[in-house]
Amino acid sequence: MLEVKNLVFRPIDNGVEKSIIDDISFTVADGEMIVITGPNGGGKSTMAKLLMGIEKPDSGQILLDGVDITKLTIAERANAGIGFAFQQPPRFKGMTVERLLSLAAGCELPEKKCCDLLSNVGLCAREYLKREVDNTLSGGEMKRLEIASVLAKEHNLFIFDEPEAGIDLWSFSMLVKQFEQLHSNHKESLILISHQERIIQMADRIMVIKDGKIAKMGAKEQVFPGLMHHEGGCRCQGPPCV
Amino acid sequence: MAEIDQVTQSILEKIDDAGFGKEGAYNLRYNGYSLCHGNTKNITIKRKEDGKGMEVHISGETKGEQVHIPVVVATSGITDEVYNDFYIEDGADVTIVAGCGIHNSGCNDSRHDGIHTFHVGRGANVRYEEKHYGEGEGTGARILNPKTKIILAEEAVFTLDSVQIEGVDSTKRETEVILGAGSKLFVMEKLMTHDEQVAVSDMEVRMEGEESSAQIISRSVAKGKSVQKFHPKAIGCAPCHAHIQCDSIIMDNAQVCSIPEIDAKHIDAAIIHEAAIGRINNEQMIKLNTFGLDDEAAEAVIIENFLN
Repeated sequence: MLEVKNLVFRPIDNGVEKSIIDDISFTVADGEMIVITGPNGGGKSTMAKLLMGIEKPDSGQILLDGVDITKLTIAERANAGIGFAFQQPPRFKGMTVERLLSLAAGCELPEKKCCDLLSNVGLCAREYLKREVDNTLSGGEMKRLEIASVLAKEHNLFIFDEPEAGIDLWSFSMLVKQFEQLHSNHKESLILISHQERIIQMADRIMVIKDGKIAKMGAKEQVFPGLMHHEGGCRCQGPPCV
Repeated sequence: MAEIDQVTQSILEKIDDAGFGKEGAYNLRYNGYSLCHGNTKNITIKRKEDGKGMEVHISGETKGEQVHIPVVVATSGITDEVYNDFYIEDGADVTIVAGCGIHNSGCNDSRHDGIHTFHVGRGANVRYEEKHYGEGEGTGARILNPKTKIILAEEAVFTLDSVQIEGVDSTKRETEVILGAGSKLFVMEKLMTHDEQVAVSDMEVRMEGEESSAQIISRSVAKGKSVQKFHPKAIGCAPCHAHIQCDSIIMDNAQVCSIPEIDAKHIDAAIIHEAAIGRINNEQMIKLNTFGLDDEAAEAVIIENFLN
């Protein structure tokens, strides 16, 4: 279970204090899926980075399964059970896809396991295992590899920052299946940042972040209808947003 | 046959990945002398009369054989200069493993200058592996200055794989390649320097034959106060292709200098050079942190994979 209490993030930008996250509190139960949505620049990705330790809050508390992780490093949070998929994953010259997946898993993965992970996100495994994670991979391939790397290990909490961005329609369906499968375990907590209707509709609860605050949070049935008619909300239907 | 002591054996394990086993065609040069050598039906190693090197003759019948010619300098204060000539006949297919390791436990400099010339026949395929390594608790410097000249006949293919990862205080590498029609050159140079080490690499690739091509990839990591300097030069004298890529990671107080030079002397000479020097990417570090690696482990993984 994740508990976020009164989280505040006010970085100084060019000598001016900016309120990016303004006193946000929420919980995510074990097995629960929360989709965070809202207008661009509202603070969604920053929220995710604060949970992973990539950004440090000015005040507030983050507890994972009752343990205060607010002051832990990124690596310590990862080892405490948080998995994080970046919106724009970095590339690594010289590192093969196979090696990246083994690093993500924390152990040497057998070829069969690597192939399964890649196939599940729509990458043809044999072609990719020995390829380098460099700029010869397209943005969509990088995104799918990013999802595969997070799924390579068991976590208590998964955070996916706009997993659908840059992914083609066919792979998107496979991606949705992956999230459905994770969710059906009713074990891990899931936080997805998304603008995509199909992903939002998978949520148990929806959180709308706007101007660094929770503008709305509640069960999907309560929040979703309002999103479709709200200025700045989710209007995307059919193919994923790219 | 001469016995190999423990220090030499340990160096051989570092510089010869394929394993030096005194089998097939081989020559072990130890402290300036040939300690042992062997020939095969297709490969003959002949010592030069002046004792300053050897001639390696590789027949066109050679298919998939390896030649191991490691050099070990294990005594402080030695300057060893060797001139080796390789004659590779048309159609041969061979791998030459030529590492050099210095163990210096004294206060005097130990130095090895390997001057190698390759005459590669038509359609021959040569893979040349050169691994440099230094060790020893002495204050004397470990110096390696290789000079390599490669002459490729029509349709020949030459792969040069050079690695220097550890322990060499000073190196000045000079490489000169002349490519005939349809010949291909692949170079992969990997280098890591630390402390106050200095590494200089000058390379001149002259594409004289039509449809010759060269791909040169250099990856390096400079740590501590070490200094690296690269000067790759590609000259296109005919319709040809060349791609040079130099990537370096700079750390601590190191210095990396890359001076690319591309010189087209024919309207159909297509030559590309890319060079990049930068610190370890922070986004890569964060990504590896999210796998549970602390900063030190993440940095080691990035360097290891970069030098692959």
